[in-house]
Amino acid sequence: MSTLVCVKRVVDSSGQVVLTEDGQAVDGRYAGFTMSVHEECAVEIAVRTGDATVMTLGDTDAVEQLRAALAVGCTAATHVVADQQAFGPADVAREIAAVVRDQGHDLVLLGNDASDTGDFQVGIRLAYELGWPVVNGVTEVSVDDGVVTARGAGPGGVETYRLPLPAVVTVLEGGVEPRYPTVPGRMRAKKVAIDEREPTSQPQGPGRVRLLLRPPVPSSVQVLGKGAEAAPAVVDLFEQLGVISR
Amino acid sequence: MATVPATAKVVVIGAGIVGNSLVHHLARLGWRDIVQIDKGPLPNPGGSTGHASNFIFPVDHSREITDLTLDSMRQYKEMGVFTESGGFELARTEARMEELRRRMSSARAWGIEAQLVDPEFVKDKVPFIETDQFIGAFWTPGVGVVDSLRAGTIMRERALETGALTVVPNVEVVGLDVDDGRIRRVRTSRGDIEAEHVVIACGVWSPKIGDMAGISIPLTPAVHQMVSVGPCPQLAEREGEISFPIIRDMDTFCYERQHGADMEVGSYAHRAILHEPEDIPSLEQATLSPTEMPFTPDDFDPQLEQAYELMPDLLGAEGAQMRYAINGLLSLTCDGSPILGESLVNGLWTAAAVWIKEGPGVGRAVAEWMVNGRSEIDLSHSDIARFHPHQMRREHTRLRTTESFIKTYGIVHPGEQYESDRGRRLAPMHAAQRRLGAVFFETGGWERPHWYESNAGLVVEYGAAVMPREHEWDARWWSPIINAEHLRMREAAGIVDLSAFEVFDIVGPGALETVQTVCVAQCDVPVGKVVYTPVLDPAGCLRSDLTVMRLGGEHFRVVTGAAHGPVDRKWFGDHVPADGATTLMNRTDDVVTIGLWGPRARDILASLTSEDVSDGGFGFLTCREIQVKGVPVLASRISYVGELGWELYVTVDDAAAVWDALLDAGTTYGAVPVGIGVYGTTGRIEKGYRAFGFELDGERTIVEAGMQRPKVKAADFVGKAAYLHQRESAPARVLCTMAVDDHTSAAGTKRYMLGGEPVLTRSGAPLTDDRGAHPYVTSAGPAPSLGKHLLMAYLPPDEAVVGNELAVSYMEELYPVTVVSTDATPAFDAANERIR
Repeated sequence: MSTLVCVKRVVDSSGQVVLTEDGQAVDGRYAGFTMSVHEECAVEIAVRTGDATVMTLGDTDAVEQLRAALAVGCTAATHVVADQQAFGPADVAREIAAVVRDQGHDLVLLGNDASDTGDFQVGIRLAYELGWPVVNGVTEVSVDDGVVTARGAGPGGVETYRLPLPAVVTVLEGGVEPRYPTVPGRMRAKKVAIDEREPTSQPQGPGRVRLLLRPPVPSSVQVLGKGAEAAPAVVDLFEQLGVISR
Repeated sequence: MATVPATAKVVVIGAGIVGNSLVHHLARLGWRDIVQIDKGPLPNPGGSTGHASNFIFPVDHSREITDLTLDSMRQYKEMGVFTESGGFELARTEARMEELRRRMSSARAWGIEAQLVDPEFVKDKVPFIETDQFIGAFWTPGVGVVDSLRAGTIMRERALETGALTVVPNVEVVGLDVDDGRIRRVRTSRGDIEAEHVVIACGVWSPKIGDMAGISIPLTPAVHQMVSVGPCPQLAEREGEISFPIIRDMDTFCYERQHGADMEVGSYAHRAILHEPEDIPSLEQATLSPTEMPFTPDDFDPQLEQAYELMPDLLGAEGAQMRYAINGLLSLTCDGSPILGESLVNGLWTAAAVWIKEGPGVGRAVAEWMVNGRSEIDLSHSDIARFHPHQMRREHTRLRTTESFIKTYGIVHPGEQYESDRGRRLAPMHAAQRRLGAVFFETGGWERPHWYESNAGLVVEYGAAVMPREHEWDARWWSPIINAEHLRMREAAGIVDLSAFEVFDIVGPGALETVQTVCVAQCDVPVGKVVYTPVLDPAGCLRSDLTVMRLGGEHFRVVTGAAHGPVDRKWFGDHVPADGATTLMNRTDDVVTIGLWGPRARDILASLTSEDVSDGGFGFLTCREIQVKGVPVLASRISYVGELGWELYVTVDDAAAVWDALLDAGTTYGAVPVGIGVYGTTGRIEKGYRAFGFELDGERTIVEAGMQRPKVKAADFVGKAAYLHQRESAPARVLCTMAVDDHTSAAGTKRYMLGGEPVLTRSGAPLTDDRGAHPYVTSAGPAPSLGKHLLMAYLPPDEAVVGNELAVSYMEELYPVTVVSTDATPAFDAANERIR
């Protein structure tokens, strides 16, 4: 049983998002780079399923995200070295498919969507390319005896899918808690030889005109009280947020 | 939404450890109408204080930094936010062990409990450490951690309780209005504040705020990486934030500091990662806080591996994860010292590039400086006025900090020179000096010959009299050629490049009043007289020592050293009457000074001029213009090396020709070019001449330094009342000169002290003066004419007796010394006959 998990180097979007001048990408000057939170969860699931290979398509800096996945338990890494900006979702799906055909994986995990471009397409295009079954937007995945069980929130409650292997699954955050790297894990990751590849064909491009930012959501402040009298309201709020439970 | 007050006595910009400490101490000292603003929220506005490691190792080689740290620890303890943990500094190599022995010298000099211990001692207190990774350690039981955010809140609240302070967070400074050289107003996003004084305590953002008023605050935001690993079961089972001593793994430039159940690993080993203040993200843009930049793991990996080797069981423990990792920003400066004091804009103060360990001490000292005109702890090395123009460039700071970052935990020799951004200020005779094999040391950006390889032959000639050094450390940044040049100067003559002198003229109707107010010595002297004078602060402590020449009725020339020159220039400038009729002109870059000294100096000068340069025709401490080979030269008969001779002031255009003429004429008389090694050390120490920054500083008095004259001038001057009072009572300590009696170490090597070492009783017991200070060597240097190595130190009065036998501790071995002078009486040529 071999799992491939796909990650993309993106700008950390937990702070204010700043676009590059041409509107084609998010500016990482202040926030730094990471992988999307959905992908962190996909990596966590991949590591739990056993033998996990991580892959990315990106420039040489993207090796940082491969090392990050290796540090938390992936055992091999493939790097399609290319200018990520020139690749649209169909291009990326084709490159992943090429890797899958070469390496022979049983399960491919992806994030539901990338936190910078948000195209929501690569998973389903990959499945189409490979002719495999696919389920999108799940939060929990387990594999037993050649069958993938995937769970996620649906409109009416929790939805459970069973898929035969090989399969493609895209993951949403929320079902698993991604682990942090350990010191020995980080050091092991440093020593793994990364399989570098060229893209297999010319990309068609994303066809994107430009990215736009949503207008900022006005923030509002509600004063819960002052001093000790505010304590019950704070406890209620914490309970509501799930920070504590009674 | 809160608005800012329209007026204030003082606006403190910044609510980090420094700003918070400042408002507390300003209020404590009686100031009112204090307004403190910060662009971030409270209690953590997002600057470097918010992510600091918050640990304090008190021992530093610098007295100034150590005193600020000890004062800060006292304040943190008083506020109840200090937790003592103890701390180890590990040595993996013998070179580092030697550095730790030198650290012991500093600990003894500053009176801080410390000891050198073996790996088993460390293991006993830190059971998860691998003892095969290091060979010894420096143990400081007083090391601890503080809660700097809580301390800041306490200090702010104390100031608020007095009613002296208004605090407004979330206010951004958008401009500083300066008018007629004085700060007038702070413009903010919530209105303007008219203010008498403004303090920039903005940490890494300070340069940006300084630019708004046209002043340079030359610091650079630099990354210090740290990661937090946990939960570690070995730590989690203990109560509280810290229960194991902090480890500084000096040779890997890393530290390991417990933080509850986590072990924080920090590094100063990575490449210098510098930012510009303008590129720091805003609060909204930042992922964490503005000064917690995204972690760049590749830079940290090598250190992580070394830390893992040191503590594998802890850092590799089941469940221990790297759950926090940042590129934290801190402030670095070109010389490693903070940036404090009043800028070139009157009323605009700075308090930046300060670490947590110095924060409260800096707050107190700067507040005292603002309120009383001086601080109890001398801040000479941190004064913002110290910077020369070339040091105010961002590029200089960037180059120097790139070079020095890796030395944060490095072994830095006291004579060590920077390699980057050199060659900024070259004397007109620089090319000629290079041809003579000059070895250049830098001061104030000037390249000064420290010795000349062309004089190497003299080493052979003088043989053992050059006092060669066997030990590499003692001989590093040194050459026996210095001593050979010294002997030749005493025998014939030496020619010295003194281009680096800071020279400024004060001209106008208020010139006399200005120099009389600033200087202790009588400056109302006939035109053509030269005056050597101390300069005092309002409390009668030393601010400088320098020479003043009266060149005209309303024209005085001040000459002082390069290192302290800009500070002196500001001090005089601050005392020039404001009416505009009297001006201070900096002449440093258009006047070159060449020294000529030695028994044959008069013969050499006479061969180049038709003027009468006999003692009768050109008396000691006089100056006048003469022609030297047809070139007009201002000659001043004075000496810092104890020989007959002159300082010759020449224009830049003529300097190279005069230099060549002197060397040429000197050949006949056996004269050689002589470097600063002689001028700054051997020549002066034989004569017991004091140097500012070594013997003299803001914590010493004229009386302690043994420099008082029989009379005090009638005219008023800064510090006069205090000085008159000091003269009435016995000094608390006395500046003495000592000679080393035996240099032989236990290993049989002759060792030579370099300065900073503790002075002890012959049997090694500490000495303490009435103020609780311990004597240490302020200057050390060879006296080749005496065949002795001399040391200067302030001794308790009952130890200041000629012939008293004491000891100096050097690299943890005792060497016997004997007091040879207890006042300004020189060890060499006590009657000063050679100067005449």
